[in-house]
Amino acid sequence: MEMNQYLSIFIDEAGEHLQALNENMLKLEQAPEDISIVQVIFRSAHTLKGMSASMGFEDLASLTHEMENVLDLVRNDKLKMNGGIFDTLFQCLDALEAMVQDIIGGGTGSGDVAGLVAQLKAIVSGEPAAASPAEAGGAASSELSLVAAHMLLDQYQLSVLRQSIENGNPVFHIEVTIRSDCLLKAVRAYMVFDALERNGEVVKSHPSVQEIEQEQFDRSFSVYYISRIDQEQLEETLNRVSELESVVVAPLDLESLAELDQSREASNQEAMQAMKEVAAAAAPAAAPAAAPANRPAAPEGGARPAAAASGGGGSAAPRTIRVDIDRLDSLMNLFSELLIDRVRLEQLASEVRRNDLTETVEHMARVSSDLQNIVLKLRMVPVDSVFNRFPRMVRDLAKSLGKKVDLIVTGAETELDRTVIDEIGDPLVHLIRNSVDHGVEPIEDRIAAGKSESGTVHLRAFHSGNHVFIEIEDDGRGINRPKVLEIAIKRDVVSAEEAKKLSDDEINMLLFAAGFSTADKISDISGRGVGLDVVKSKIESLGGQVSVTSNPGTGTKFSIQLPLTLSIISAMLVKLGSEKYAFPLSSIVETAIAKRTDIREVHGSRMIEYRKAIIPVVSLAQLLDSPDYRDEGEQETEMLVIRKGDKLAAVLVDELIGQSEIVLKTLGKYLTNLDVVSGATILGDGQVALIVDPNALIK
Amino acid sequence: MAEEFKVIVFTLAHEEYGIEVDKVRTIERMSPVTRVPKTPPFVKGVINLRGVVVPVIDLRSRFGLAETEPTDNSRIIIVAANDLEVGFIVDAANDVIDLTSDAVETPPEVVGGIKAKYLSGVAKFGEDRLLILLNLSEVLNRSEIIQLEQFGA
Repeated sequence: MEMNQYLSIFIDEAGEHLQALNENMLKLEQAPEDISIVQVIFRSAHTLKGMSASMGFEDLASLTHEMENVLDLVRNDKLKMNGGIFDTLFQCLDALEAMVQDIIGGGTGSGDVAGLVAQLKAIVSGEPAAASPAEAGGAASSELSLVAAHMLLDQYQLSVLRQSIENGNPVFHIEVTIRSDCLLKAVRAYMVFDALERNGEVVKSHPSVQEIEQEQFDRSFSVYYISRIDQEQLEETLNRVSELESVVVAPLDLESLAELDQSREASNQEAMQAMKEVAAAAAPAAAPAAAPANRPAAPEGGARPAAAASGGGGSAAPRTIRVDIDRLDSLMNLFSELLIDRVRLEQLASEVRRNDLTETVEHMARVSSDLQNIVLKLRMVPVDSVFNRFPRMVRDLAKSLGKKVDLIVTGAETELDRTVIDEIGDPLVHLIRNSVDHGVEPIEDRIAAGKSESGTVHLRAFHSGNHVFIEIEDDGRGINRPKVLEIAIKRDVVSAEEAKKLSDDEINMLLFAAGFSTADKISDISGRGVGLDVVKSKIESLGGQVSVTSNPGTGTKFSIQLPLTLSIISAMLVKLGSEKYAFPLSSIVETAIAKRTDIREVHGSRMIEYRKAIIPVVSLAQLLDSPDYRDEGEQETEMLVIRKGDKLAAVLVDELIGQSEIVLKTLGKYLTNLDVVSGATILGDGQVALIVDPNALIK
Repeated sequence: MAEEFKVIVFTLAHEEYGIEVDKVRTIERMSPVTRVPKTPPFVKGVINLRGVVVPVIDLRSRFGLAETEPTDNSRIIIVAANDLEVGFIVDAANDVIDLTSDAVETPPEVVGGIKAKYLSGVAKFGEDRLLILLNLSEVLNRSEIIQLEQFGA
């Protein structure tokens, strides 16, 4: 079978199930008694097993199978969850994740699961009452035991047999053993089945008919059989098949059927096991549709997991489709072309001055701005897709550090552009690790400080204007500012004189300076000294900002400000002689007119008074080596007041053109390291205008 | 066995040059170029190539030849090599010819005032015409963007 087309579905689904498993395991750890969570976990594991098996990923399937066995005991109250079991199961999840990663990377998804499987088996057999069901699937037993686990009949088969007996048709249990020197076992088995089917009906066989046809059995197999001929004739017919070692035909009556029924009740476990095998075959087909419906579905009885899942999938199919991100990107590109034409049309319309043209263009502008919203929304992904791995990460971290930490996530539904989401994960990992490692104190210190034993780390995301904010706040010891200063001076990040002038916030920001670490000892979690400066540059490369506030003794808050999207921004277009430049509107505080006489020389740098503060003046013409414009010559010149953090600067420009939505374009790989220019855009007249990076103007 | 390949022929200061046709994306007429500050003099700026911003360099200036004002014949040849897409401003581009690899000889040290490392070979074609083949990866080498070798043209 051609598997490639299913592989991407498998990878997506497997990722979702692993995530669900992780989340629910964490929930279960908080509430180990809640069987309903176990049911959900069990179902996820079960679906995963079915999917893996149908894709031929044996190791994945066998590991999930063993996990299922453990969970099965738990949900049937035969096993109590404890720390050891949780740890083993989490290890299993990690192993599963590694295998799925391997598959994503083009590997075969194989992994060494023997150790974990053995651990799981040990957990299962460690509970004597529960020992039998998990181990039942062994080699076919040759004894004619009616309660043998693999030969249990379900309700339907039992009632079929019962009816046949009532109608006077003899029912037999037949055990056939083939001679060990037989070369073509499947052929002999086929002949037996052929003989049987000519004279009656096979109700159930073990191993299944398919397995027997594929020679997947040892030497013996057994069937429940409704016969149209009597026992003697039957034995004679079967003995005509050569190379059989023995044929044991045992008649069944109503009494023995009742016994069978009882043993079924008694070992409900095994029956379920058998049913699950049936269900597992159905699961892969149902899985894609059922999976999303799986999670919200209320946990229920649990005897028929797969049936419930596929039923739920049918009635509440998700109203979403998966779209290749490349297609969205090309949609975005095409749309930006359209946007450029729109601006061009608007210009032309204002030149032509015809009412109907102006109206049409205005209408088109409205439609296209709606369209822009939708296109941008298509690319939006909830931050949850990044946040969801943190609870598990914090749990493991806290455990390895011997701390108690609660992670409280709010606003996980906040949406961000896909490109930002892809990049933001690592910086967040770093900041959260930092909070857990350096922020939250060890338990004894917390108690000594009169705080609760377990620390709290808040992870919040929320919208504000054209930005999304992500905050990481801990209630730990806060930033030790004197120590930060001491280290900063020692490492030549600031000089001793400069250090005296720094405000508290500026001292906090020293954490982000290159080559800085406040950890007393270097741990493997954070504090390698290559951390926070990387975080800062990453976030800034995304057009965002990071800041930190802290109160000694009560905690630290990292705040990240991110743009909603990276592809279309509002900008102020300015003219500089014959050239046009764009400034991102987000960094402009206001526009004003500067008189030549207002600009003063202070210590060799030019400053201007702005709202009772003195801010530096930047000449854009000088900075960009404008070929045909100098601001020195003008008595009055227009200026933009721009902001970076809490620093302001005035930028002198020739003329303001106006505000416009612009599409960001890169300058390509040939032109790099242009510190003042962050990109380019195409104006309505088809010309390229460069986008000035305001952050580079404020030092 | 001599391989046959096609080259685009363009002129620069009365010499004929060639670039393999599979390295050339398109050939454009001159269009307004937006200056990019803080770049070497031979980088003329960027143009809008159907919605994509592409840097253009003046090949005369790149090779240290005297710059001239663009004429009606001037063209921008968009080439793609080294994972880069860059436009070359040339005096004219007007021909595509077939060459065989055995017609190409290693270039002498200096041809038409251009250092040999920018060239991959010299080919004779037609009646007594000489074609200079460019070594694109050297021409687009960014590491020596700053160091400009000047040769009297």
